[in-house]
Parts: sequence; C-alpha cells; structure tokens
Amino acid sequence: MSNTKKTYWKGLPQLKNDPAFVKHADKEFVDTAMQEDPGHSRRDFLKMMGFSVAAASLAACEAPIRKAIPYINKPIDADPGIPNYYASSYINGGDYCSIVVKVRDGRPIKIDGNSLSRVTRGGTSAQVEASVLSLYDNYRLRGPKINDKASEWETVDAEVIAKLNEISSKAGQIRIVSNTVLSPSTKAAIDKFKAKYPTTTHIQYDPISYYGIQKANKETLGSAIIPSYDFSKANVIVSIGADFLGTWLSPIEFAKQFATNREVTEDKHDMSRLYQFESNLSLTGANADYRSMIKPSQEGLVVAQIYNILAGNGIKSIDKIAYLEKAAEELKANAGKSLVVCGSNDKSVQIVVNAINHLLGSYGTTILPGSPVNFRQGNDEEMAAFIADAQGGKVDGVIFYNCNPVYDHPNGAALAAAMKNISLTVSTSTTPDETASASAYMAPDHHFLESWNDAEPKWNSFSLSQPSITPLFKTRQAQESFLVWAREANTDYFTFLKQYWSDRFYKAEAGLDFQSFWDKCLYDGVYDLTGEAPAYSFTGNVEAALSAIATNYKATSSGFELVIYESCGLGNGSQANNPLLQELPDPITKATWDHYVTISLKDATELGIENDAEGRTQLVNLTANGKTIAVAALVQPGQTPGTVGVALGYGRTNVGKVGENIGANAYPLVSEGETKGYRIATGVKLEKTNESFQIAQTQIHQTYMGRENVIQESLLADYNKNPEFWKERAAKITEWDKKVDPAALSLWKGHDYKNHHWGMSIDLNTCTGCGSCVVACNVENNVALVGKQEVINRREMHWLRIDRYYTSEANVEDYKGMEIASENPEVVFQPMLCQHCNNAPCETVCPVAATTHSTEGLNQMTYNRCIGTRYCANNCPYKVRRFNWFKYHDNQQFSQVNPAMNTDLGRMVLNPEVTVRSRGVMEKCSFCVQRIQTSKLTAKKERRPLQDGEVVTACQAACASGAIVFGDLNNPESKISKLLQIELDKDRPYGIDKKYNNPRAYRVLEEIGVKPNIFYLTKIRNKDKVKENA
Amino acid sequence: MQATSSLRETLITGGKTVRDVSEDISRQVEGKPTRLWWMAISISLVLLMFGVYCLATVLWEGIGVWGLNKTVGWAWDITNFVWWVGIGHAGTLISAILLLFRQKWRMSINRAAEAMTIFAVICAATFPLVHMGRLWLGLYWVLPLPNTWGSLWANFNSPLLWDVFAITTYFTVSLVFWYIGLIPDFAVIRDRAIRMGNKTRASIYNALSFGWDGAAKTWMRYESVALILAGLSTPLVLSVHTIVSFDFATSIVPGWHTTIFPPYFVAGAIFSGFAMVLTLLIVTRKVFKLEDYITIYHIELMNIVIIITGSIVGIAYITEFFIAWYGMVPAEYYAFYNRATGPYWWAYWSMMTCNVISPQLFWFKKLRTNIVATFILSIIVNIGMWFERFVIIVTSIHRDYLPSSWSMFYPTMYDVGEYILTFGFFFTAFFLFAKFFPVINMAEVKSIIKSSSEKKH
Repeated sequence: MSNTKKTYWKGLPQLKNDPAFVKHADKEFVDTAMQEDPGHSRRDFLKMMGFSVAAASLAACEAPIRKAIPYINKPIDADPGIPNYYASSYINGGDYCSIVVKVRDGRPIKIDGNSLSRVTRGGTSAQVEASVLSLYDNYRLRGPKINDKASEWETVDAEVIAKLNEISSKAGQIRIVSNTVLSPSTKAAIDKFKAKYPTTTHIQYDPISYYGIQKANKETLGSAIIPSYDFSKANVIVSIGADFLGTWLSPIEFAKQFATNREVTEDKHDMSRLYQFESNLSLTGANADYRSMIKPSQEGLVVAQIYNILAGNGIKSIDKIAYLEKAAEELKANAGKSLVVCGSNDKSVQIVVNAINHLLGSYGTTILPGSPVNFRQGNDEEMAAFIADAQGGKVDGVIFYNCNPVYDHPNGAALAAAMKNISLTVSTSTTPDETASASAYMAPDHHFLESWNDAEPKWNSFSLSQPSITPLFKTRQAQESFLVWAREANTDYFTFLKQYWSDRFYKAEAGLDFQSFWDKCLYDGVYDLTGEAPAYSFTGNVEAALSAIATNYKATSSGFELVIYESCGLGNGSQANNPLLQELPDPITKATWDHYVTISLKDATELGIENDAEGRTQLVNLTANGKTIAVAALVQPGQTPGTVGVALGYGRTNVGKVGENIGANAYPLVSEGETKGYRIATGVKLEKTNESFQIAQTQIHQTYMGRENVIQESLLADYNKNPEFWKERAAKITEWDKKVDPAALSLWKGHDYKNHHWGMSIDLNTCTGCGSCVVACNVENNVALVGKQEVINRREMHWLRIDRYYTSEANVEDYKGMEIASENPEVVFQPMLCQHCNNAPCETVCPVAATTHSTEGLNQMTYNRCIGTRYCANNCPYKVRRFNWFKYHDNQQFSQVNPAMNTDLGRMVLNPEVTVRSRGVMEKCSFCVQRIQTSKLTAKKERRPLQDGEVVTACQAACASGAIVFGDLNNPESKISKLLQIELDKDRPYGIDKKYNNPRAYRVLEEIGVKPNIFYLTKIRNKDKVKENA
Repeated sequence: MQATSSLRETLITGGKTVRDVSEDISRQVEGKPTRLWWMAISISLVLLMFGVYCLATVLWEGIGVWGLNKTVGWAWDITNFVWWVGIGHAGTLISAILLLFRQKWRMSINRAAEAMTIFAVICAATFPLVHMGRLWLGLYWVLPLPNTWGSLWANFNSPLLWDVFAITTYFTVSLVFWYIGLIPDFAVIRDRAIRMGNKTRASIYNALSFGWDGAAKTWMRYESVALILAGLSTPLVLSVHTIVSFDFATSIVPGWHTTIFPPYFVAGAIFSGFAMVLTLLIVTRKVFKLEDYITIYHIELMNIVIIITGSIVGIAYITEFFIAWYGMVPAEYYAFYNRATGPYWWAYWSMMTCNVISPQLFWFKKLRTNIVATFILSIIVNIGMWFERFVIIVTSIHRDYLPSSWSMFYPTMYDVGEYILTFGFFFTAFFLFAKFFPVINMAEVKSIIKSSSEKKH
C-alpha cells in the first residue's frame, strides 16, 4: 500500500525535516510576521464585531429589569396568581375594624370588611380601606434609631434597659403614653413591664377625646364606660352635634344600624326620623330629615331644653331653635324607640343627655350599657397631668406607644420642649413622626398588617390580628419591645398572645384542643363571648348639670364661635401621609388635599371673603385658645352664621412627602380643662388676609338644578300615598296623538345577554355619602392619584365618585337662582360610576372600537386599543370616563402624590389583576370585571353555575350601609332581581328591556334612552308634609 | 377689439393684453423676493417654530399640558380643527361650483383660494391627529388588523372615522384639482425661463408642468379633467362639513345633538372661507401689485357671498334657540340658556356680533367696495367663526346633564401654541406658494381678456 501512496512536499525543508519547519508545522501560515500580533487577527476582529453587534442589539431590545424573585421552596399556601385571604383587625388607636386582608404573592393588596364581626359587620371606612397603602409608606422607619441615627436593636435594647434600670433604681417616674389600647394582650404585656419597673404608669389619651361621656357615665351609671348604641331600634334619633355616620365613636357600626331603619320597601312603609342640631354641616347632618343650625354656645341649652320639655319642667332655656319642640315631642311619643346622642365632650351636657335617654327609656333598648365599647378610653386629666409633670421635671422616662401627642395634643409643643429634659424618651411609632422625632429612641413597631395582636372593641367581642406579610423592615412589634425591656424570659409576642388566649378563653371541656380553638379564632378573625356586663342603673344629679349648663352656655354670644371637627377622610391625622385619603373628596365640601375653615356665606360676605366656584378664596387668620393658624376660608352652606368650623388632622410637619405642608395644625386650638373641648364659644377671632388660595374641589357646582331625571326624591308620606309618583312626572315624548315613554321608542332592539346580565342598584336613602367605596375602588382598580393641581384642573381619576347636591330655594325656572344653595340646604348623595348603558353612547363614537359591549351587559374598555380621542368622554352623559392626561406611573412629576405607582415600595400595593393604564388612555369603572371573571372561573372549575352573591364589587363590599347591590338581572332568584322586582319579558327574557317593578327604582337620565344597568332607589325624606320655615 | 358691456363691470382692469398677464403674474415667480416677503416669511417661521415647540411638548408630556379636563374633553383642538376645515371650503367652492355655474369672476381668485384650501385642510388635519392621547397608535389601529377571529376593524359607526374619510377625500381631490390647474401656468414659466436662459428654473418648472406642450388636444383634455374634477368636488364641498358636523350632531350632548347642523355648518364654512380668501387676497394684490386682476368688483362679489352666508348662519343660530324653546327638552333648553347667559356669554355674544351683525354692514355698497372695511370685516368674520365653534363645543359640554360634573375650561400656553403652529404653517406655506407659484391662474384669465378688459385697441 505504502508503495502506491504519493507524497507531496510543501518544500525541501519538509523533506529534510528541517527543525525550523517542524516547529511551525501545525501553523497555516509559516510567515512568522503574521503571528507577531495575534490580537489583531481577522478572526478576532470578526468575533469582536459580531459580539459587539449582538450585544448592542440585545441591550437595545431588552426591557428594563424588574425584580421578581421566585420561591426556592414554595410555601404550601402561596400559589402565584392566586390570592389568599386572612382575617385580621384594623387597629389605629381606638379606631377598630374587623377585616379580611387579600394577599397576592405575599403582598397585602386590599382590605375588605369581615362580615363575621358583630361590631363592624363587614363594613369598612375610607381610612380602613386606605390603610393598606400605609403599609408601603416610604416614610416608615427602616429600623431603630438613636438620636436620629440608624442603630441596631441590640444597642437600643441595651441602652433603654440600662436607662430604665437607672431610673428605676432611684425610683424615678416612668410613663407609657398611648392612645386607647384595645388589645387585652398588649395591656398584659404592659403590665409585665409595669411589674418590672413599678414606678411606671400607663396613660391613655385620645386625640379626639370622649372623656366627657366617660365622666358623665361615671356619675350617672357609676362606671366610666361608653355604652353601645343601637340606631337600628330607634324610630326617632336626635343628634346634637354628633356626627355618628361620619366620625363619632364607631361610624362603621352606626352607619349599618342607621341604614337598616332607613330602607323603605313596599312591605316596610316606615323609616326612622333623624333630627340634627349642629353648627357645621356634618355627614350626619347631611343625612338628617330635619337639621337645625345652632351655635356651640347653644349646644348645652338645646340639650337642657329637650330635657325640660320631656321632664315637663316647662322652663325655657332657649328660644328660636327650629324643630326643637317638635323633636322633643316626637321623642316623647316614641319613648323606648328613640335615641338622643350628643357630640359634646362636656360632662354636664352628657349627663343631661343621659338623663334624657333615661326619661325616654332608651337604656336597654337603643343604648346598651351592658355592652360597653372600648373605642375611647383616653383620660384627659391624666394626660394633662402627665404633660404638667413632664414640664415640671417629674418624669424621668417616657415611652410613647404608637401615639403622637406632640402633634395631636393641645399642649404638644410644651410636651416637645419638656421632652428634651427627660432622660429616656422612646417612641414606638412606625414613622419618625413629630413625637418620634422629639424622642431620643425610635423603636418602630410593625405596621398592623405585619403584626400579631388582639382587640376587645366591645365587651365580650374579641378580635385577632395576624401578620399578612413578613415585616418589610427591621422593625419590631412594640409589645415585644415591652417584653424585652421588661427582661421577660419569653419575648416573642406571638407566643405571649397565644398563651394569653389559652389562659383566658380556652376551655378544655369544649372538646376542642387549643390549637384547633386558636385556628378557628384566627380563621374567623373574631371570637365572641356571650353574657352581659353588670347592669347599670341611672342615678345622676341632673339639677347640678343643668345649672352648670345654665352658667356655661349663654345663648347670646357675640363674635365668632368655633367647632373643631374630625375630618371624615383624614380622621385624627395619623394617616395624613396616605394619598388615598388626601385625595378622597370630603363628603360635604368635596375638597381634596386641603385644609380650610368653613364659614357661612353671610359671614364671608361681611368679612369680604370671596370664595368662587373654582375654589379660589383667601387665607384667614383663625385665633382661638390664644393660638392663631392661617387657613383658607371655604363658604359652606349649612354653616350656622356666626360660627366657623376647622378640621383636625392637617398641618403635620413630620409626616412624609405626601402630607407635608398641607394646612395647619388645629389641635392647639382645642381647649383644655377637665375634658378637652372641641367647641369654642369665646375668644375666637377671624381675620381675613389678602393672601389668595385655591382649594381643590372635585365638584364645583353645588345644586342639581331641579333636575328630577338626575335626583328623584320624595317625602315619606307622599311616597306611601303614591309610590310611583315620579313615573307620572317623568319626561315623555310626544307622538302625534299621544305621549309615550322615551324608552319605548327605539329603532334598534338591542343586545341579548344569553348568560349573565350584570346590574347594580344603589339606594339613595341608605347611602350616607361617606366615601369608603371611593377608596375601595381606588385600591382595587389601581386608580391613579393625581395631586392637588390636577384636581384643580378637574382631572381627578376616581372611577366612582359621590355627587353631593344641595337644595336651592329658587324656583325651577330661575336657573341663576338655582345655582345658589340654600342657607341650610337639604343634601342628597349620589354615587356615580359608569352606568354600563345597554345603548352606550360611548361605544358608537369610538373610532377604533376600543370601548365595546360585552355579552354580559358590561361596557368594556380595551386599553391597548384606545388612542385617546376622548370622544367617548364627551358623549358620556354621566361624565364618568377618566382620561390619562399624563403618565401617572413611573413619572417623577407624580411620585409625591402617587407613590403607589412611582416608588418601588408603593408599587407593591398594586392589584396585579388590573392593568396600570398608560398615558393617553381612557378608563372607567369596569364593574370590577376581574372579580366577575375570577368568580366565574371558580364556578367553572367546580363545574357548577355561578351563585348569586359570589361576585361582589369593591364598592359594594366597602359599603357599610349596604346601599350597593350588584348581581345578575337574568337570574330571577338573585338579590338584585328581587330588590328591583325584575320581570323578564316572556318573549325575550335575555333582552335589555327588562321591566323593573320596584316603585322606588329609577335610572338616571331615563329619557335619553341609553338604558343604564345601574338603578337608583329614590331618596325618601321622613319629613312632615307641610314645609315649615326653618 | 374688446367689447365692453354697459351692464357688466369689467373683470380685469388696466387694459391688459395676454402678454401683460404672463408678465405680471410670472414676474413674482422670476424676480428676487422682496424685503416685505422676507419679513413676512420670517414672522411665519417664528410662529411655526414656537408651535413646533408646543407640539413637541404635547407629544412628550401628554395632552395634559392643554387645559382640558374630565368634563371638557375637546376645546381648542377641535375648535381649531373645525375652523380650519371651514376655511378650507372656499377654495373648492370657488373653483368647482363657480366653474359649473360659469362664473368668470372666479378666475382671478381661484388659484390662491385653492392653495389656501390645501393649506387650511393640512392645518385642520393636524388637530385630530395631535388631539389623540396616543397618536402613534392612532395611525395603526385604523387599519384592519389580522386577528384570530378575523380582521379587527375600525368602528364604522364613529363619526370620527367618517371624518377621516371625508377629509382625506376632500384633501386629495382638492390637491389634484389645484395641481391640474397649475400645469399650464408652470409651462408658461418654463417657457419664459428657456427664453431667459435660466436652465435650472426651466428644468424645475418643466418637471412641475409634466412636459405640458400646449397642444389643442392637451387643452381639450385639460378642460375635460377640470370639469370632471369640478363635478367631483362639488358634492365634497357640501359633504365635508356635513360630516364634520356629524361629530356633534350624532352625539347626545345637548347643544350638539341638533339636526340643523349640516346645512348650518356648510354655510358657516363658506362664510369663513370667503372671509379668509378676502383677507389673503387683499394683502396679496397689494404686495404683488395685482390690483388690475383682483379688482374692487371681485371683492364686492365676495362680500355679497359673505352677506348671504352670514345671514344663513344668523338664521341658523336663531332657529337653534327657537327649537330649544319649542322642543321642551329641559337639558337642551338649559344648554342654550347657558350659552347666552352662562359663564361663556362673552364667547356667545362675540360670535353673534362678529357673525350676524357685522356682515350686515355689507348691505352698504360703500362699505362692500371699500378695501379697508372689507379687510377688517373679513378678519372679524373669522374671529366670529372661531367663536362659533368654541361656543358649540365648549359651552355645550362644560355644562351638560349632571351638574356635579360641570366645569370650566381655561386654555394654557400649549392650547394657544398649537393654534399658532397652524398659523405659522399656513402663512409659511402661503408665502412660499405666493413666491414660487403663479398666484393667479394665467391660463384662465387670458381666456377672458378679450371679453372683459376695458382698454380698447
């Protein structure tokens, strides 16, 4: 073989096996010059170029990376995309709500009410709904701090314990200051601390004090309690300055009770009657049947006069208060079924109120002293004494447990100054608020959604809180801090809490092991015991109280009088950094992001204050209690002339970006005495300045211009006589020989909904206008918040708004006159959201079909397809469509007002089921289509038809008074079909023209033929037929 | 040679010959631009640049930089759109309808009027584009897109889509009509350039004239095409503004939902278009010394059209009010009450004064043959017509059905800027046209020299 093989040489060197050749035999090019610089080879160049081009193009295509870290070991209950629900409790000082927290992928994103609670019964308030965003507040402390420098818990504990021991060893005084503590376990933990440091005193105070009621009950019932009230059993309610639907004591509970007796149906012809005597137009006043304007200086006299009439004393303490005698007579006639409440914090007034209720036999029926509430346990005297001690150098150590007295106590400034001389000052506040900033140690507590806790809001009603997220920061539960500082062996609060429940509640004989008992309580979120507190009997010195009133209240007060009130949205100001609450329009004034003095038109004119429709006004200097604040003046119909109102909760200084520089702190105006006083009759001065200011209101037109196609209302007597009264007055279209119903004329027979036909009913009678639905909708649907300037530009994004209309004195034909509200107007609230019209005018005009009709009657938005012509919004008769004028997410311009879409922390609250809309897109209420879809899929997976009540919209869930009902109009068994008395057309049961036979049901703007799927139930006022002159 | 009628006024004064016509008109194109022209175009360009800045801001930041709000979704944008479309009506009306009616006086003015139409329609078209929240998708979603369930079509129910078709059709036909008319005149300039030895100009205008040879056959075809296009344009003059009015008339907004809108809008459009033609021509004839071609007689005739259309518009306004009262629909009744007495009363009364009262002054022959008076009134009419659209759009939606949503509209710098943008574009384009294109249709004017020029030979 080898013989046949030819051999070719590259040259003689190969043949000769030249060493120089052998050395380079494996190289392609023998030329050594080529190898001198291998870095510049053609291949390398091509490689580098290829890589660079690929890398550059890849980098250009790549979307920004968002951190998403998958589980390494998936927890059993956490399925991506499937939410978990945990029962828990909202506890903020004495404010309480039993809640269910929706947790998606480990993040709490929504709070709903817990219907198992016998206190809140599934209702929520705006503050409760908004609190989920406070969890992701950028202002929260990331960990403990010493003298404003970040520190470690070990250091903090060592230093605090050392100082406590030092104080304790020389018998120095230690104080724990807090708001009302609802939690029995927390109190037990504090007791452990007190046992370790016996000089400790625990002081509770409330920013908005109810101490006057406690003191009055101490005298008349023998115990400093606040009883439960039951508004549902009262046929006649007289409220003297108590805003029980908005802010007073337990509004969620009261709204629900009040609503049950405000419903009018064909079977229930009667409803309660509410008299309100007040200075500011409150939410309760807005819902009252008869509202009288009084001055704070008359408040005691009104109460005394009612007492005198009921007691048959015949002494006249007051003249010329409208409806006063009438109210008293009706109370008398409805004894045992009536209730008198008063918002005053004056002990004498409350004693007389108790005496009235005693005379009426309310105790045991509408007032339940056997079931006292714990919402307000603050003691003004102890708190005042504490501040005096602190100033006097008698306090050596103080721990502020989740309270902010530097801000929310009238003497806060003095306290802050005194704190500099206290050797140990600790705050457990979650944010570096005013008090925490004045304290040496910040030992931040968890947010309530990260905490274990329990609560006893009411006698024998208990409630648990459980963490729904791992703590976001290096914070520590305050109770644990107390246990650590008390040098307890067990410092784990969860174990402590469980042990407490085991000791107190668990009974082995129930046949349930403790773990099962505990799991059940935790699952339900609430645990109720039966039984009543010891009975109380009425023994009061009414005469003394009456004479105190006679001295303290003078009917002829000159000069301005001031009412300091709690704002419905911001409450006591603890959530001032929550933009959901800042942008929530005040139910009455519809103002957002602003603080103002409410003043009557008469007084404003006299002072030369010009407040136009656009909210442009002037600042005024308000002086009371020797302090002056500068706030804008807002002309408010219904404000008693001679009085002004100012809200608490504004003027926070250490609060975070959102709440900074809004308004002024009104707490220093609160008068201090035996009890804190929120009504100031003397020494109030109001001076107009020339500084102009613009208040951002979401509604700038106040009256409904007599448009009965928008608001239908009736007196109860009229309604009972002819329930279908409005049908006769409804607009008709004239044909050549007769007048016909506008809905009857159509060129088009409309859709057929073969499956579901979603509809909603809103009862104008039970809607109190509180606004919790608005916040719930914001959170559920990732609705952007836009800030004050954009609200002034009339561009708020709320999908659901509550229209508030005043009545006017003018004749229906007098258009100019009708624009002006009455001096003391009647008020009606109308929640307004997309009406999901069957003949939707928005759908036909969209050039790209971005808004279309679903097969289930929904009017849908396809955000992807929307090009933003805004034609749909112009053609929407209800003006519920909202346009994304700017990019509200990931935009520095809006990061301050809309942290939920602009900060990494805030974004955690977004609902992943709802798209965050981009710039230039129209949006609107979707009837919570994501909830509908989820429920439908669940039913499908379980191979069963969807049940009525499975789909609950966010607004419906949030409504404490149950005014909103949502459901399937095709299902004759559904709650909404029964409520509206839907009658399906025999020939066309699934068509759009279903007959609704509930005489109270009407559709807004019925005559334009858009055929909405939202029905309103007529507003009915329980007034006498003859209109008296107020 | 020339016959002069004792009844009819001559259309071309100064005893022009055919050669004079070519000379007078072409001179502007061939000569160096005057200082006045440079000043005018500089100002226009400054306005344009400011407008471009405002436009860029709108596109970058969002429509929010305008003053619109949740209640008033359209204001200056659509007002300007309708206003410009209205102005764009005169050109085609003059060249098409007057051609069909054999009105020879149109010949001196139709070229400039048509140019104005083209530029006005371009100005108008910017607003529906810019007013979109997402312009970049607007150009995309109107196409039928393939989809698993078939094509995803645009919504043919929407008047906005009708607008797209109406305006693009109108624009295309107007542009073709205008250009066809320019061809013989471009050829004149080309021929003169060849004679003068200016090769660059000759080749440019040769290209523009598509190699026009002036043969009898070519002229015959030219005449036929012009007549066909005139026939096509005539219904468009009526349809475009009719369809624009449907944007409002088919809606349910009180004050918009009105069956009178189509004729009322068309009359208004002709009214404003003629006013704009007058404004421009009075300046042009002065600057380019064309007083012999655009005579007082032309101006008077146009003023008569203004009286007629102005009166139609006035009657429409009054009819609307009558129907609002007679129809007994409370929302509509209030809408009109609010128009006249509400917060925007000043806009309403500006409109009434400018559009209804001021044109009536033209009943006086002295005024309608007075250049200064005509110039001032032509501007007043267009101010009035702008207010008309503003009144219809803004005062209707700022207070519609639910009083809770009533609000006011306050324009921002960017609202104004967008309007200035179109002015900048319009005048820049018009001045360029006036410099480089023959502003009077030479070919047509030459055809009436014999019959209607006063000098006898």
